[in-house]
Amino acid sequence: MSIEDYRSEAISTTSVGTAASGTEPLMSVSGLQMHFPVRRGVLHRTVGTVKAVDGVDLTVHPGETLGLVGESGCGKSTTGRMLTRLGEPTGGSIVFEGRDITHMSQGQLRPLRRDIQMVFQDPQSSLNPRHTIGTIVGAPFAIQGVEPPGGRKKAVQDLLSLVGLSPEHYNRYPHEFSGGQRQRIGIARALALKPKLLVADEPVSALDVSIQAQVVNLFEDIQAELGLAYVFIAHDLSVVRHISDRVAVMYLGKIMEIAPRDDLYGTPRHPYTQALLSAVPLPDPDRKGEEASRERILLQGDVPSPLNPPSGCRFRTRCWKAQDICAAQEPPLMQIGGVRPTGVEHKVACHFPD
Amino acid sequence: MSRETEVHTLSVPPGGTSDRAFLDVRDLRVHFGTEDGLVKSVDGLSFQLERGRTLGIVGESGSGKSVTSMSLLGLHPRADRKGKGGAILSGEIWLDGQELVSATPEQLRALRGQKMAMIFQDPLSAMHPYYSVGAQIAEAYRVHNEVSKAQARKRAIELLDRVGIPQPDSRVDDYPHQFSGGMRQRAMIAMALVCNPELLIADEPTTALDVTVQAQILDLMRDLQKEFNSALIIITHDLGVVAELADDIMVMYGGKAVEYGPAKSVFTEPEHPYAWGLLGSMPRLDRPVQDRLLPIPGNPPSLINLPSGCAFNPRCAYKEACGTACTTVVPELEPTDGAAKHLVRCHLPVETRRTTFTEEIRNHL
Repeated sequence: MSIEDYRSEAISTTSVGTAASGTEPLMSVSGLQMHFPVRRGVLHRTVGTVKAVDGVDLTVHPGETLGLVGESGCGKSTTGRMLTRLGEPTGGSIVFEGRDITHMSQGQLRPLRRDIQMVFQDPQSSLNPRHTIGTIVGAPFAIQGVEPPGGRKKAVQDLLSLVGLSPEHYNRYPHEFSGGQRQRIGIARALALKPKLLVADEPVSALDVSIQAQVVNLFEDIQAELGLAYVFIAHDLSVVRHISDRVAVMYLGKIMEIAPRDDLYGTPRHPYTQALLSAVPLPDPDRKGEEASRERILLQGDVPSPLNPPSGCRFRTRCWKAQDICAAQEPPLMQIGGVRPTGVEHKVACHFPD
Repeated sequence: MSRETEVHTLSVPPGGTSDRAFLDVRDLRVHFGTEDGLVKSVDGLSFQLERGRTLGIVGESGSGKSVTSMSLLGLHPRADRKGKGGAILSGEIWLDGQELVSATPEQLRALRGQKMAMIFQDPLSAMHPYYSVGAQIAEAYRVHNEVSKAQARKRAIELLDRVGIPQPDSRVDDYPHQFSGGMRQRAMIAMALVCNPELLIADEPTTALDVTVQAQILDLMRDLQKEFNSALIIITHDLGVVAELADDIMVMYGGKAVEYGPAKSVFTEPEHPYAWGLLGSMPRLDRPVQDRLLPIPGNPPSLINLPSGCAFNPRCAYKEACGTACTTVVPELEPTDGAAKHLVRCHLPVETRRTTFTEEIRNHL
């Protein structure tokens, strides 16, 4: 099978489109929770729980890119691992193409792995140093028992050229490649079985700026060609803005705001989103120094511990708008700014949105 | 400390210590002998910096920016006569009239911490896990000042308070692991500032931090620099961070400066194709969303086997326009016809560079 066949076949199986409003969601997640018990002492008694993810609602539509941003410890990576079912959630549900996959066993999950794949942050540690590139990228075929037309080697070489590597690299080892090339190998492996959903956890943050742009462009090209959906997890707000159709902002295990890209960056409604966006240093020397800090919303202190998150709204301890109700009542993630079709709503979890 | 007049010298002063800049680096070379060959991490770097000014050094990994800062502080072990086991240093580093490349380890030790100090990227690995934060700050103070333990501790508390650690008199006895990432970086800054150094080098000071904490630290560094009137070198790959702090910017590639000038003109009228590439690779929040990023093709070069001629030539899209010189002659760092003191290392004829930038590049940045 040539790359062209591969591409056309992939496109015919998934509907292509950006913020696909009105279509059936590819994946819908509701009330997702992941609580890790904290054990101490000789008896390993549970002394508390880390609420890494605590009630996340998301939908991913076919062919779209959903960006997931937040600071370290906000639960975005844990969410990503559960979407790919690398971890089993302690609560909530994940429905993929109409099937509830929340508590499926490893055996039941195996056929599903063809459709949901993951790209990891660190290409160094996610590639086996003792396997050749051919073995690594061909592993999904071996594990799934798929014999692609034209043979495995041919399929792997096609994938390598799809991600911009030379098919001659087939017999090389990961250490022979640079960081950006290794990330391409990780992407080729994830694409091997033509997934419908690709979860990418900080795929470009370990790369140099110039290489980062190459990989971001590669993600866009692949999506245009294969029509798959991405969940793009990153802490870099400008990269997420560049690549996403919709963006969700997480804080301490919850979604604070979710909206189409231009709405979220243009008119952020949640105080946390506003603070986050204003904190990004801009490469513009005219706004240097005091000028920049005057426009900046400077949050005090650090993110509270997820072991013992604040009552009510989690952001209230650092929020300049906080009032009594914020401590007493947790604001639900609500649609604001008029009714919109599914998939393009602007939702905010705040008692006093702008 | 008297506030120096804000002289902004980029041109090489005509020798003689009297009109030498506070920090004057001339033709610095740092090479390492390895089994595979000589690694020329820094190869002929010259720059000047006055008190109260900030120099931003940007570049990708392996461009030599961290090696530069380490050699300013004299932190590389020196190679033996056969060129083995460490760094082979040449050139001159003048700090306030004192030459550092030829200085003895004892002389350097007396300067380090006192006259010049460094803020490292990862405070967790730069701090000793076994000693309390306060003890580590106090130690740095006692090495250079003859004071009692109690006085040093008082100084540590004072500094922790200045960098914004809440309840400094109790947190002074905490260990590094008890601090959050942002607080640890604040404590690192306190440690660097404890002896009022006149030269402060910050190597990726905010790279490990979240963006909201990064904003706090950048604010702090700006305030402290104003207060202490120190010369600051900030090394980073984040052009946003540089734009926020730096007066001058030096872009490094393959161990050499390829562009050097006032921050404003480097950002608004970049001259080197590598600088165009860096700016084009970066999605920007203050501009409309671009269709596509303009990455630099290829990978950063190996420092053992740099491309001949201009080190950037295999990745340069404008290679054709400068003929064979590109692959045979190493270009010099020369003044541009733009803003004063703006230097660039490129063979492209000035007119070609100008028109290419205004017609092809500017709209994409």
